[in-house]
Amino acid sequence: MSGTPDDTKPVNFTVKAPVYLQIGDAKADTAHSGVCVVDVNLPFGKPVNIEEVTFKNYYTAYVTVRLLRRNPEQEAPAKWCTAVRDLPLMDNPHTEGGSQDYYTIHRTQMQVEPDHVVCARLILRQPSLAWLTFSLEDIKIFPHTEPDPEKEVSDWLSDLTLTDQHPDLEGLPDPQTVSSSIQQMWALTEVMQTNQTTASIGRFDVSETHSQPHLSCNECVHDGGDVITF
Amino acid sequence: MDEGIELSLTIAQIIQRLRGSHLHSQIERQAKECLHQPDVKLESLKEDVRSFLKTSGWERKLQNAVYRELHIQLPPRHPPAPPEHLKEPLVYMRKAQASWEKRVLKSLNSMSTELLVPLAHMRPAAEQKELTNKWNEMGTDEPDLSRFRPVYAPKDFLEVLIGLRNPNHDSSEDISVRSHWGLIQVPLNVRDIPHLREAYSELNLTSGQMGIDDHALIHPDLFENEYVQIGKKVVMEEDSAAAQQYSRQGCPTGLRADLWALILNATNQPQDVMHYEQLKAGVIQHNLLVDNLIYKDVKLTASNDDYYFVFEDFLYQVLLCFSRDTAVLEHFKYNSATPPKSYIQGKVGDEECAVVYPPNGVIPFHGFSMYVAPLCFLYNEPSKLYNVFREMYIRYFFRLHSISSHPSGILSLCLQFERLLQTHLPQLFYHLRQIGVQPLRLAFKWMVRAFSGYLSTDQLLLLWDRILGYDSLEVVAVLAAAVFAFRAENLMEVTSLASAEAVLADLSTLKVMPLIQVFLFATAM
Repeated sequence: MSGTPDDTKPVNFTVKAPVYLQIGDAKADTAHSGVCVVDVNLPFGKPVNIEEVTFKNYYTAYVTVRLLRRNPEQEAPAKWCTAVRDLPLMDNPHTEGGSQDYYTIHRTQMQVEPDHVVCARLILRQPSLAWLTFSLEDIKIFPHTEPDPEKEVSDWLSDLTLTDQHPDLEGLPDPQTVSSSIQQMWALTEVMQTNQTTASIGRFDVSETHSQPHLSCNECVHDGGDVITF
Repeated sequence: MDEGIELSLTIAQIIQRLRGSHLHSQIERQAKECLHQPDVKLESLKEDVRSFLKTSGWERKLQNAVYRELHIQLPPRHPPAPPEHLKEPLVYMRKAQASWEKRVLKSLNSMSTELLVPLAHMRPAAEQKELTNKWNEMGTDEPDLSRFRPVYAPKDFLEVLIGLRNPNHDSSEDISVRSHWGLIQVPLNVRDIPHLREAYSELNLTSGQMGIDDHALIHPDLFENEYVQIGKKVVMEEDSAAAQQYSRQGCPTGLRADLWALILNATNQPQDVMHYEQLKAGVIQHNLLVDNLIYKDVKLTASNDDYYFVFEDFLYQVLLCFSRDTAVLEHFKYNSATPPKSYIQGKVGDEECAVVYPPNGVIPFHGFSMYVAPLCFLYNEPSKLYNVFREMYIRYFFRLHSISSHPSGILSLCLQFERLLQTHLPQLFYHLRQIGVQPLRLAFKWMVRAFSGYLSTDQLLLLWDRILGYDSLEVVAVLAAAVFAFRAENLMEVTSLASAEAVLADLSTLKVMPLIQVFLFATAM
């Protein structure tokens, strides 16, 4: 597995304004054909190997991704190919399901290898007349990074258990130090029990660092005329 | 997202939620104690401990806990999706919910200032003592509640739902004329009868149902005896998933309490009882403004109901504690609503000085106590009743009073009701529109309360069996349409709103399961 989008930065590219295809004379007939083309120009001279494409949908029903690839070894001209054909983004083009969701198209879902890509073209289709407009927002393309040779299944497993290292511990002492000090105390008490002395043991004071959060209403609220804001 | 990645994310989420819970420490302790057993050998330690946990029933408890987490889990997050998106993906609905909440809060604030009642204050010691003594008979109290009024009623909420518009929706006349018949103008995806028949296949005419085939005139050997035997086995196995599947055909009255507790994984452990006692202590110490709203609501609704007035004291005990339970705040991760915040005087906007009001974030409205009332027939121990209610609220009932695009949300239920009526009873719909009646206005109050207070209790519990069994509130919309279908002949004769309301005023004689079954499986397509 290669790097996750959290580590890599998206590629900087320019997105041209979406072109809505029209039927007939552009000025006279404003009927939408329900097809829109978005061209994504990647930086000139730097072909990209795509890892994944993420975007936020806005009422697009189907998306087709076509890529212009230029093979660097051969001198052949760049060729267009279809990476994803008619991927459904909305279950039903007439209803709201999936209309504003976030999507990711990974390279494994593409029909061709998205390497040495110079330009990408997203063809959006929305056949339903129910919507005034449709588009994709926030399009990001993440480059493919070669995986580290050492990264293996064990790393993937450690990613699984990684989640338990972020418990919400604000203001509380670190549980590891607390448990090790408790262990020391316990050992001490064992020792004390075996060597009974008449010397007094100092009390171990626990400072009150946290109070009950859910009944602090009375401290926060004055009599009469409080404003709850939202 | 790749399926494998989704699955591992789901597993990681569930592990994080269950780690450190009481169940986790119990299982660890059991595993340690089983080491004393002679059949646990060092060579095969892992397998032996595992099989011990399996046979002693602890694996089943863990399975139930995982199953419960799956019910309330958020879908795995795409990296760019903000948390609001998980609450509600559609932006215009989030905005509508936010402005509705502002209105409700304004109403609550103005009530507080007008009546000069603080939002919360500490009870004086004498009052605390009195309340402790009267805890089991709070219904005998007759406080002066005439100045209080409910913050909102379901019909106010209906007006908000009717006014919802998608800014991107083309609502010119020639598009989808059908949508202009009904009140809801939002194009959500709702299921029609063919899809419902597939999804609710256990309700079809050839399967036995509690509520139909347990009738006194039908010999019990035909269905009931065997079904009850299976139910007893399910309760003994203590399996949540099996109990949920079982309750799709209804629960026998004697087993219902255990089955629902299993489905909701509401085990009454000592720490649950302790949590309830803590909440009770909180009620005794502090008096909240919403307490008065709860009193008023109970007095107005449950106390006036023939079936539920006996449970008045229970209702106070559950609802007052519910208002103070911060564990409920967790459900706002997947609820489109946001809990209101209160700030220390003078420090508005400073997040560190913010506190959620009421502590559980839920402001009760007129009829809220009816969510609890039917449960009083099943559980008489306050902490168990409380746990079951809380779990039912955070799984289902919250969807009935917040604006969201979820298939079980009240908006989808309203749209589904209207669509079912338009598709399968078009003459009735047309006739009602002709006389100036919108069917949704008649059915809304039933759906918001999930029919509580309108059906007789045994029928209501049969309906709620199916809600739990199918993990969805859709069956409420189907029942509403089925009631209209049943009373269609009378409704075709009426000529005014008042007479339409009179026809639908009394539902207490209805038998829900035959209605639903006939509507879903015997309607001509």
